[in-house]
Amino acid sequence: MIQIVKDKINVEQVIESVADPAAGGVDVFIGTTRNSSNGKQVRFLEYHAYKPMAIKMMHRIVNETRSQWDVKKIALVHREGRLEIGEPSVVIAVSAAHRDEAFKACRYLIDTLKKVVPIWKKEFFEDGEVWVESEERMARVENRK
Amino acid sequence: MIEVTVKFFASVRDIVGKDEYKYSLPEGASASDVLVRLSDEYSLFQDWKNHLRIAVNYEYVPPTHVLKNNDEVAIIPPVSGG
Repeated sequence: MIQIVKDKINVEQVIESVADPAAGGVDVFIGTTRNSSNGKQVRFLEYHAYKPMAIKMMHRIVNETRSQWDVKKIALVHREGRLEIGEPSVVIAVSAAHRDEAFKACRYLIDTLKKVVPIWKKEFFEDGEVWVESEERMARVENRK
Repeated sequence: MIEVTVKFFASVRDIVGKDEYKYSLPEGASASDVLVRLSDEYSLFQDWKNHLRIAVNYEYVPPTHVLKNNDEVAIIPPVSGG
């Protein structure tokens, strides 16, 4: 299961999709939307994806993961559009015969997704909104004001 | 001449004010030539272009990548998914 979805992610469904009789465990990472950013209260967020490329990159990192660790099944689901605080923005589930592979694969998937998959989030505050990009970039934007 | 579609996202889209542009470029133009063109048109790009990656037809490419007619070029600011 590799998807970018507009509606709230059904976490249980994602976990069920990696069920495998040969698996000894399932590792799950759920990324959720935080209510603060640099000390400011966030009201809600919007995720925007360059969808065809994002899906292609998600397939690639899943394949890379498979080539490095002996895992059974992988699910990678990212949300797009408006998200309220506390909602899952990304859900990753990995089943494997042994937990070590499941943990390592899951860690690699989220770390790599955050570096290469073209998805951006925008935080909405009481007094404005900002695209979240690298901290370095953010600092430059601040300096400009 | 070749024609390419250039797509913009996140803060870059805000600067340009459009989702995409069609650009005509000379034969042999590289991905970085698109950034040069954008820097000429939008002064904000001057400071930011070192933070941008370029994708062509859904693959990241080096700045020297030579473009072909009808390529889809995307300007990719630092991503923040997850």
